Amino acid sequence: MQKTDEQGFARNLKRRADPFLVPLLAILTAVILGGLIIKVVGGDPVAAYRGLLQGAFGSPKALSETAVWATPYIFAGLAVAVAFKGGLFNIGAEGQLAFGAVTAALIGYALPTWLHTDLPAYIHIPLAVGLGMLAGALWAAIPGALKAYTGGHEVINTIMMNYIALNITSYLLNGPMRDPDPLNLSARTPQIAASARIPPIFNLPGLRVHWGFVLALIVAFIIWWLLWKTTLGFEIRTVGANPDAAKYAGINVKRTIIITMAISGALAGLAGAIEVTALNYRHELGFSVGYGFDAIAIALLGKTNPFGVVLAAVLFGAMRNGATRMQFLTQIPVDIISVIQALILLFVAADAIIRFIYRIRAREERVVLTRGWGG
Amino acid sequence: MDWRRFGIIGLVIVIMFGTVVLVGISKDSALVIITSMLATTIAVATPLTLGALSGIYCERAGVVNIGIEGMMLGAAFFGWLASIYMNSIFHFPALVSITVGVIMAILTGGLFALLHAVLSITFKVDQIIGGTVINILAIGITGFLNRQMFFGAGSVFGGQVPHSPGVLPRIHIPLLADIPIFGRIFEQQPIALAALALVVITHFIIFYTRWGLRTRAVGEHPRAADTVGINVIRMRYMNVIIGGFMAGLGGAYFTLESISSFEPLMTNGRGFIALAAMIFGNWTPFGAWAAALVFGAAQALQINLQFFRTSIPPQLAFLQNAYVVGLAPYILTMLILTGLIGKTIPPAADGKAYEK
Amino acid sequence: MADNDIVLEARNISKQFPGVLANDHVNFDLRKGEIHALLGENGAGKTTLMNILYGLYRPDSGEILVGGTEAIIHSPKDSITLGIGMVHQHFMLIPVFSVAENVMLGDETVQYGILDRKTVAAKVKALSHQYGLDVDPQAQLGQLSVGMQQRVEIVKTLYRDAQILILDEPTAVLTPQEADDLFRIMRDLTKRGVSIIFITHKLKEVLAIADRITVMRAGHVVGSTTPKETNEAKLASMMVGREVILTVRKEAAKPKEEVLQVENLHVQDDRGLDAVRGITFNVRAGEILGIAGVQGNGQTELAEALTGLRSIKSGKIVLAGIDVTGKPPRPITEDGMGHIPEDRQRYGLVLSYTVADNMVLCSYYLEPFAHWTIIQQEAVDSNARKLIEDYDVRTPSPYVPATKLSGGNQQKVIVARELSRPVKLLLASQPTRGLDVGSIEYIHKQIVAMRDRGVGVLLISAELDEIMSLSDRIAVEYQGQIMDIVDANKANKESLGLLMAGIKSSETLKADG
Repeated sequence: MQKTDEQGFARNLKRRADPFLVPLLAILTAVILGGLIIKVVGGDPVAAYRGLLQGAFGSPKALSETAVWATPYIFAGLAVAVAFKGGLFNIGAEGQLAFGAVTAALIGYALPTWLHTDLPAYIHIPLAVGLGMLAGALWAAIPGALKAYTGGHEVINTIMMNYIALNITSYLLNGPMRDPDPLNLSARTPQIAASARIPPIFNLPGLRVHWGFVLALIVAFIIWWLLWKTTLGFEIRTVGANPDAAKYAGINVKRTIIITMAISGALAGLAGAIEVTALNYRHELGFSVGYGFDAIAIALLGKTNPFGVVLAAVLFGAMRNGATRMQFLTQIPVDIISVIQALILLFVAADAIIRFIYRIRAREERVVLTRGWGG
Repeated sequence: MDWRRFGIIGLVIVIMFGTVVLVGISKDSALVIITSMLATTIAVATPLTLGALSGIYCERAGVVNIGIEGMMLGAAFFGWLASIYMNSIFHFPALVSITVGVIMAILTGGLFALLHAVLSITFKVDQIIGGTVINILAIGITGFLNRQMFFGAGSVFGGQVPHSPGVLPRIHIPLLADIPIFGRIFEQQPIALAALALVVITHFIIFYTRWGLRTRAVGEHPRAADTVGINVIRMRYMNVIIGGFMAGLGGAYFTLESISSFEPLMTNGRGFIALAAMIFGNWTPFGAWAAALVFGAAQALQINLQFFRTSIPPQLAFLQNAYVVGLAPYILTMLILTGLIGKTIPPAADGKAYEK
Repeated sequence: MADNDIVLEARNISKQFPGVLANDHVNFDLRKGEIHALLGENGAGKTTLMNILYGLYRPDSGEILVGGTEAIIHSPKDSITLGIGMVHQHFMLIPVFSVAENVMLGDETVQYGILDRKTVAAKVKALSHQYGLDVDPQAQLGQLSVGMQQRVEIVKTLYRDAQILILDEPTAVLTPQEADDLFRIMRDLTKRGVSIIFITHKLKEVLAIADRITVMRAGHVVGSTTPKETNEAKLASMMVGREVILTVRKEAAKPKEEVLQVENLHVQDDRGLDAVRGITFNVRAGEILGIAGVQGNGQTELAEALTGLRSIKSGKIVLAGIDVTGKPPRPITEDGMGHIPEDRQRYGLVLSYTVADNMVLCSYYLEPFAHWTIIQQEAVDSNARKLIEDYDVRTPSPYVPATKLSGGNQQKVIVARELSRPVKLLLASQPTRGLDVGSIEYIHKQIVAMRDRGVGVLLISAELDEIMSLSDRIAVEYQGQIMDIVDANKANKESLGLLMAGIKSSETLKADG
């Protein structure tokens, strides 16, 4: 009796560890391959990775910066993960994020002027962040609606909407929303009012980590709760797992698709709005290049689980953050991080490769994430 | 073929050409403007045409390929890198260097495609995720190597971009190119001409040969193909790799035919627009080519409006704004995908891994 | 020696799949010019054995002899070369190709690198003529009837000079008359020296056409016999391993008020073609109305329209006195519709969900399963435990994904879910397709019990035997129309068969007289 209990415990432990095993091995494999690439181009992998770790975790400042980097990654990763849960592939986090940022910036610097009055922070911040979220949600709801009502595939549509967003924000930041400061040479908005700024957590010089990071953790929990504990979450997951059965179960599939995309876009918009209100205090063209694709990698690395997404986002934030120090110390361009991240994504997506290399048996059922043009 | 679809394509092109003619008529004759528009359209449609052909080979065999963008980007970089290596390190003549570059680009496309095939056919990774992996990998590798090789201290090129060997020359086709005024349309560079030829060749292969019949069978009902002794896995691998070659040639257009430099992310969504062209063309080479021309025309519109920008009347001032006109291809793509301009049907087994 | 005329022999074939031993030391042989029936339940291992003979699977052990010598069959290519042809249960044909293209695929005739469609078409025409198959090589396959597609499959094997023909459940998709036609063709083929393996689970057909019969059960060969030495009851008990009651026991129906009225219903299929063309009928509480018909005559679209899954073109549907025309699935479900869908894995279940979640698939948002839109997991779990008990669902726990369950138990999950709700009308589409005999008996009993509790039952099935044994009244659907509605105790197989083929009894009378 005792023995079976122990076996049961061991089996339980193994089952609990398994979801982490493949992602960890994927990261390990990618890091080894990345080291090989560094070696091939004439660098010193050990020194490079030491610099990376130092830059990411070596000091309070480093930790703070890692959290700063991780914040938008958590939001954007959650955005992609929620869409995946609903059977949708949102490659458009980039554009939704840009719209969230532009909107938050506009509310941040222009609203007091429009109203001819100063706003208290407890109104101005939620307004800027909330409308930023809304902008992202609406921008994402368009491809959602196109998918629901015309079957236009969201993968291409969200990518097209990225380019459209890029054009529109370029136009706005070079035109109507351009910082009028005569010294300004770049495409950026004016600084937002002090009342729209989210403060840093510690009032210490050099520690930029802000309450947005805490908000990201809370939002991750909310998303988990939403997906697993509410009827809406049940509907989103059912549509994602089997849209035909969802229809049979009486779920309004079209509406659910649009809601899922809107939630996804709201999260991406939130990422942009928080970057503006808590960190940069303005929106500048080109600051967000690459978030959209990174978010996909984060969502997949986190297995589309909100808590997994947080872990993956912190990892990616740490890599991006540490890369600067790595480049400073070893002259390896920070772009190597993109290669390593792509490799991580490769091995996470193709977990069969990892299972093959490390001889791990598949335990879980393969989950359908996306569908072809037909559906 | 669906004539309604071609009618709409024609109409859109006429509207775009008309706009340019209206704007430019004070500077040039309508005929000259149309001819130059046509020539630009065919030229800039090249990567879209090749990207769409890439998609056709893959998807006719049942493999969705959204990695065309990344394949083209990777090919653009490695093709360019090869041409510069040949030219400035080994001192080969420019034309030889560029030709080697083109071959390198094609092989790069094939290599990326091989990765896609391994992921989606052998390891049965979700094909859209697999394609995304290719895209992200291509952005990472090209960005890293571009920085490392040209701007990194102590790299081969000593931290600066070397003199590039230039672009492929225009080919003067006797007779066709000698036609007054219209001859200019046919005076194109080699990749543009190759793309036109490949449209015809692909059509022939897909619909008139054993290879094509088997490819389509594998994409429609792989199990049926398997039961008559066709090697489904092999057919899919081969077609995906051929598709990779097409995308590779399309990538070469960016750095070896259009301009002679590389910029990160320079493919700018062309790979995805090519997919939309393929869908709109109902997975047929000629249909996809026609759709690619629409996108080409949208881009030619932008270029030509820029050229005539001083004579744009004030009522149409928005046409001066490159950001606004630049939206055209993207919005067009989305409109096409709505299916409101006619639904198309993908191969039945498109996107599904084959499980025995 | 008598063994001389054995053209194909399988010796000691074993094949293991994850969790099942599909073939356990199976022996089987086929003589020249005979029809050898392979009989067994779904999942008995018949198709696995045939796929091994055809080269789609490799056996774990055992050997195959063709014409007395050991054959190495690694792929269908090898089996085709050895003269083996197979007509699969799900046709291996490509709807967008022409008949000729389908026939030549894999064995193409090419001239100067170009497909020679003309030569192939001529050969198809010749073969078709020779065997009385009446196949048009130019036709697009997707436009042909199921029966005609089956003939294309046969031509495909003849085109490759097959001497051994494997037919896997060939009559499942045919009307009784079409099945008779097929038997004639099979006899014709054997006369010309072709040997046929005929796979089926239908006892009557085996007795009608086979020269020899081999019965499989749970991966084993149970025994061989001939039609002369056996009968239906004996074969059934060989197949199942115990006595089987071939008929469903039920009292006479006591129909009450009408619970479903359908008036002049028109529905289109996915391609926009009319699939249901003006159907009118009603179902009363306490009766079973069976809808018979060959697959693809609009039954799927009819069921989907009645449950709100497919929009209707015109007509009227009244459920328990409420007009539900044009309503989406949820209100129809709430108004008292229970639905056992035709494709249980596509519509009936979310395979990745637990059994417990699947059991609240249609009621997750209602009390007690949800309170203020928050899911009450305890209520969901206790509901699952109760239903698993009540409906005898064999599952290790309520928390395993539905995909881990056997087909019969998956169907029981759906039946439990649908019957445990307060339904007024039960729509059961192909409720026993692909199930083992035990599950079939259980589900039949449940359907009759529902009827006796005063629920109206609409049973749609392509199995004529099932329709005849369960229904109180039988409607026959042909090309989207109801040919006739008859009392079950006045119906017989021949008259229903004619209706299923679209021939009204008055027309037959005319033809006779």
